[in-house]
Amino acid sequence: MPASGSDLVKGDKPASTFDWAKVLLNGALPLAGVVIALAIAGIFLALLKTDPMTAYAAMVNGALGSTFGLTMTLVKATPLLLVGLGICIAFRANVINIGAEGQIIMGALAGAVVPISMPNAPGWFLITAACVAGFASGALWGFIPGILKAKMRVNEILSTIMMNAIALQFMNFLLQGPLMDPENIKRGTFLAQSARIPQQAWLPRLVPQTLLHAGLILAILLAIVVYIFLWRTTIGYEIRAVGLSPDASRYSGISVPFNVALSLTLAGGFAGLAGVVEVIGVQHRLMDGLTSGYGFTGIVAALLGGLHPLGLIPASIFFGGLLVGADKMQRAVQIPSALVTAILGMIVLLVSGAGIWARRWSAKRLAGGRRTAGGGRSAGSGRSAGSGPTAGGERATEAH
Amino acid sequence: MKGMLSLNVLTGILNSMIALATPFLYAAIGETFAQSAGVVNLGVDGIMLLAGFAAFFVALTTGNLWLGLLAAIGVGILMGLVMSLVSVTLKAEQGVSGIGLYMFGLGMSSLLFKVLIGTVKTIEGFKPVSIPFLSQIPYLGPILFHNSVLVYGAFLLVPLSWVILEKTSLGLKIKAVGQNPAAADSLGISVVGIRYFAVCLGSALAGVAGASLSISLLNLFQDNLTSGQGFIAVALVYFGGWSPLGVLAGSLLFSAVNSIQLWMQVLGVNLPASVAVMLPYILTILALMLSSNRARQPAALNKPFDRSEN
Repeated sequence: MPASGSDLVKGDKPASTFDWAKVLLNGALPLAGVVIALAIAGIFLALLKTDPMTAYAAMVNGALGSTFGLTMTLVKATPLLLVGLGICIAFRANVINIGAEGQIIMGALAGAVVPISMPNAPGWFLITAACVAGFASGALWGFIPGILKAKMRVNEILSTIMMNAIALQFMNFLLQGPLMDPENIKRGTFLAQSARIPQQAWLPRLVPQTLLHAGLILAILLAIVVYIFLWRTTIGYEIRAVGLSPDASRYSGISVPFNVALSLTLAGGFAGLAGVVEVIGVQHRLMDGLTSGYGFTGIVAALLGGLHPLGLIPASIFFGGLLVGADKMQRAVQIPSALVTAILGMIVLLVSGAGIWARRWSAKRLAGGRRTAGGGRSAGSGRSAGSGPTAGGERATEAH
Repeated sequence: MKGMLSLNVLTGILNSMIALATPFLYAAIGETFAQSAGVVNLGVDGIMLLAGFAAFFVALTTGNLWLGLLAAIGVGILMGLVMSLVSVTLKAEQGVSGIGLYMFGLGMSSLLFKVLIGTVKTIEGFKPVSIPFLSQIPYLGPILFHNSVLVYGAFLLVPLSWVILEKTSLGLKIKAVGQNPAAADSLGISVVGIRYFAVCLGSALAGVAGASLSISLLNLFQDNLTSGQGFIAVALVYFGGWSPLGVLAGSLLFSAVNSIQLWMQVLGVNLPASVAVMLPYILTILALMLSSNRARQPAALNKPFDRSEN
């Protein structure tokens, strides 16, 4: 571990006791953002002559009111959690990955092609191979903007958005051509979807008669793995160091371009895995509209989860519920589920705006708690503020 | 393939190239103002969507296109105020807040479209206006001087914005705030005020860009009408080196590719539609790679200003 590592440990000791301020920052501010966003959306609903209380009641009822609703909430939380893990890793390196939509598509492509091309292989092999191939192709879709940012300073937000559009058109091309379901062509329906994947490649169901599948367990295990990776391994430490202060990292011999490219590659891999899980766990084929906006919702979940793999678990379940509830609301009060996209946007605006209080708080505590080493104050300001709404607070309470 | 070379097709391509450059020009020149002041507004696409919807809805219900345009500008300014509040006053990470603004515009425009209009309808948008004498020039006349008001406006905006940015004290203030906010602040320029102004001006122009799609070029509204043109416009600002003239060159390049792509589909060139649609996005990434020379980049781009830190 580089020399600056000992600084981190030394400086962090005073905050290692249970920290109410941290709980407030990481929990209360985002929750307040959600409540305010829902309230503003309620005003819009009232203007559209729909009773917000009826609409929200339908939403809660849809997400939590039945076994079907509850399991669907978890089904939708699964890809959100996987996507969000990647977003967290990238954010920790101060890289914003908006490309999850495209990375999901690339992962789903591999997750469908592998089982379809080997219909007689055993199930354990197909599931493993699909996951590996999907992770790899998602990772490739993250690596391209990653290397472009690392080597040529290409803005990753713009390049990943373009990669989304390219992946979408690539999938359309395949679904209207080489990958189109032969059954479909025979019947003359020409739907934009692939053939079904062989049944032995389907992920096992956790609850019979529902869509809840083993992908959820995989996602939760991976959340723990990512937590260990980021906070207990050297490479994870380097990724976070690059995000907090590229200059300090450079001085202590950490390669900034390498870690920037790596973080986007890993982010792509996790989003790719979300695509695989969606294919082998839920849809059992590749089809148009498979991503359902998970790539964008995953960003919001990551922000709400405090950019922390474990905080992401409750956040993903919350947004899974929001998506399921929105479908129910659409049927109950005829309010299009696009409302959720607008609510998500407001949450992002509110949470990113609320970051100022998180940073002020942590700066105050840094100043009050102890005299900090040179790097301490700068972590709360300037560029590192960009590593997310909780980055400032995180720096002060690194050791837990 | 024979048809490719005929004069009619060439005229057609040039004609749609001029028209298709319009939304890029408004949005990218608007973004040039915001970025020159140091604020990256990534919500342009969302503003274009919601403003484009507002323009269409108002024009559809009142029958008055100018009122529609006004509504688009109003929506643009309101969303610019939100962006400024979050990114300038509250100093949010601009990449994140911009995506929030985009998602809000995307969701809200789709919601309002479905609730208030329901199905895809078309209206009669701004009609082409011929400029006397100039439109009589053989070949070039009909291409350049037979367009709708919003198209002329977009091309007039290029010299106008150049003059404002390069030759007026307002432009100097905008650029000072983007280059060295601390120095500008010490000279008594209001960093926050100038940034609010630049972001709102840019957002108003993004609103016009949306309106140019919904009530001048396509004359309809549908879900995700822009399909990412707002993001391409942001990329064009980098490509154009933060100069209106560079933005003009970039916009024409992109609209040329778009228009050739459309005409290839019309002429039935043997290329899958999805591959053709991919081209502008690939081109955007290439453009971003080519514009990695950042000598002209505003030094304080993407950096919130905090007096206490200087």
